[in-house]
Amino acid sequence: MSFLAGLFWDKSSTKAHKTPGGIKPADFKDHSLRSQIMTPPVPKELWLSLRQKDGNNLETLVAVGDKVLKHQLIAAATTPFGVPIHAPTSGQIKEIAAKLVVNAFEERQLHIVIAADGLDNSQQLHPLEMYQSISKIQLIAKLHDLGVGELGGADFPKVIKPDIANQSQTELLIINACECEPFISADEALIREKAEQVVIGVEILQRASGANNSVIAIETRMLDSIQALKAAVENRNIKLVLVQTKYPAGDKNQIIQAVTGKEVPSGDLQKDNSILVHNVGTAYAAYNAVIKGQAYISRITTLAGKPLKTAKNFEVLLGTPVPFLLELCGNDTLKQESTIVGGSLMGITLFEENVPITRKTNCIIAACSDWFPEPPAELACIRCGDCADVCPAKLLPQQLYAFSRSQDLENLEDQNLIDCIECGACSYVCPSNIPLVQYFRASKATQQDHLKQSELSGHWKERYQFHQSRLIKDKEESKTRKARVTKSRAANSESTDFSRSTAKTDIAAAVNRVKKRKIEAALKKAKEAKTEPGEGPI
Amino acid sequence: METPFVSTIFTVILFIGIALVFCLYALAVAYNSLKQRRVQDQIFVDKINQLLPQTQCGQCGYEGCEPYAQAISQGEAVNQCPPGGMATLVKLTTLLNDQVKPLNPAHGQFEVFKVAVIREDECIGCVKCIKACPVDAILGGPKLMHTVIEAECTGCDLCVDPCPVDCIDMVPVTAAESPAWALPSALPDDLNNFPNNVERQA
Repeated sequence: MSFLAGLFWDKSSTKAHKTPGGIKPADFKDHSLRSQIMTPPVPKELWLSLRQKDGNNLETLVAVGDKVLKHQLIAAATTPFGVPIHAPTSGQIKEIAAKLVVNAFEERQLHIVIAADGLDNSQQLHPLEMYQSISKIQLIAKLHDLGVGELGGADFPKVIKPDIANQSQTELLIINACECEPFISADEALIREKAEQVVIGVEILQRASGANNSVIAIETRMLDSIQALKAAVENRNIKLVLVQTKYPAGDKNQIIQAVTGKEVPSGDLQKDNSILVHNVGTAYAAYNAVIKGQAYISRITTLAGKPLKTAKNFEVLLGTPVPFLLELCGNDTLKQESTIVGGSLMGITLFEENVPITRKTNCIIAACSDWFPEPPAELACIRCGDCADVCPAKLLPQQLYAFSRSQDLENLEDQNLIDCIECGACSYVCPSNIPLVQYFRASKATQQDHLKQSELSGHWKERYQFHQSRLIKDKEESKTRKARVTKSRAANSESTDFSRSTAKTDIAAAVNRVKKRKIEAALKKAKEAKTEPGEGPI
Repeated sequence: METPFVSTIFTVILFIGIALVFCLYALAVAYNSLKQRRVQDQIFVDKINQLLPQTQCGQCGYEGCEPYAQAISQGEAVNQCPPGGMATLVKLTTLLNDQVKPLNPAHGQFEVFKVAVIREDECIGCVKCIKACPVDAILGGPKLMHTVIEAECTGCDLCVDPCPVDCIDMVPVTAAESPAWALPSALPDDLNNFPNNVERQA
């Protein structure tokens, strides 16, 4: 396939640098790529999660029973980690209730439920064809206000981080069009059909981030998309980089290495901001937000799997229930055994399929045992080293496995478990069927727990030491206080020479004083009694 | 006659002087080594203390974790810390190059993490629990209602006994977060011979 792509190489595109590791699984994408992107009908209900990245909830701007219009803002961010939500269609707020989220476990979060009225009435939009006319800050504000956020599995949900917005130090904007995971074809379909819009979106993102150069990294296997992109980037300052087709080529660190030839340092989540990586979907969302004035209310999602009659790419509204989409594709519910969100390698098997499409849902697979059989029994590690060969992060999975088995946290840290991107390439090649990624995920969780525990015990230790020092201080203080009191008592007894005669005269004087005061008081009373009746009640 | 007498005195003084200097030197050396040793001891104690859970519960028979660490450094048994459980025990024995022994049941058994909760309408405000708390996690004043700051509570159990009206409960902390990924549950038994398999061997 890649030598065919060679026919299309010319000056507008360059070949990427090599990256370590990787596997080449069967991609299962041709099923969903057979048809164009389709727009499903509006479902009866839409469920929109209020959860922000940092665990707090968004602030709801609507109440139950309110009527909303399409593109209307319904929830605003309270922290920098939130992205606002807009109503995907017109209708009424039915309820704000806890609903299942996309997860392998039973986890519920607050959702806004919109009952669609089927009219799809939109509020007034503010399209801006000439986005060059507004400043960078205004452009970023517009993107944020319309809910354009990171669509990949990013550490920061906003499309342009605040520190990038304030001080432009970004040199390179990489648009990630490598969709390396099997089954997912949403980005490929998007570029194939909407390359022009995507490219304009890239230019908007470039202007917003202040990057000097922008690059679209695309896998060599996506021939149609490459051709469409080539036509679109003509006479524009955007370069295409053709990345070797393998899994995981689409990981952020892998992409940076493929484009620049430089490795991202260990344990780092790209702190220096000199390179910004965004998904193609984000570029398309930026186009929709700025040029058309639309809020981020829909995304391209692939539906695939053997139980489906037709695998497809849909431009679905956010909040669309997954079962609704599966039904549209002619899902054979008898065959379907589970639902996977994401690709077949990194995706998660849903706890229950009654969850909505979120901004991150790029693929839904209806799984059956024909394509996803039960994993065979785990055997002993034979130390073949295949896992180390395919690891894109250049780790040693067999070592990590041994240390995970013994829960040896120190060695796991030494072996940089933190750099594992959980791509699953090691599990894929393991001849002993060891679910390596599951071990690593569990170990990472233990590492986190351990970190928390050690922080807590450090805190307790501090408190204990403070308590001890306070006790000592209290003791000393009470000692000095006692000493002071006894001293002052002694001093008092010395100064007044106590004798019976002086005491007697003192007492007599005091008694006299009291008598005098009593007499005075009696006189006064008598006077008042005399005057009062004369004046009478007023 | 005078010269030999003077010289004798001189010699004696000289000898005494040399002896004094030696004594001083010896004292200085001894003091220095003692000091150094103390510093090293302290480092060792800190290392041990680092491994202890810092609940300050006193179940080991000492007043807190640091005193117990000191005692361990002087040869006390390491299996007297129930809140640390097996994990702490294994770490301590590895540090001391000792053999792993089970927890001494005389000092209690490992339990899930609990925090103290005061039934506030029953509290009479006697301040006894506040005095007992090793980490100052209880808030309140004389004849006023007391309460436990949950985030600071180590679950040491020390406040329960002093309470004259018995209004303090130890409540297990339920994890509010979503369950984390677990290790694959079905571990084949014949795969146990791994290097660094301290915990499993233990």
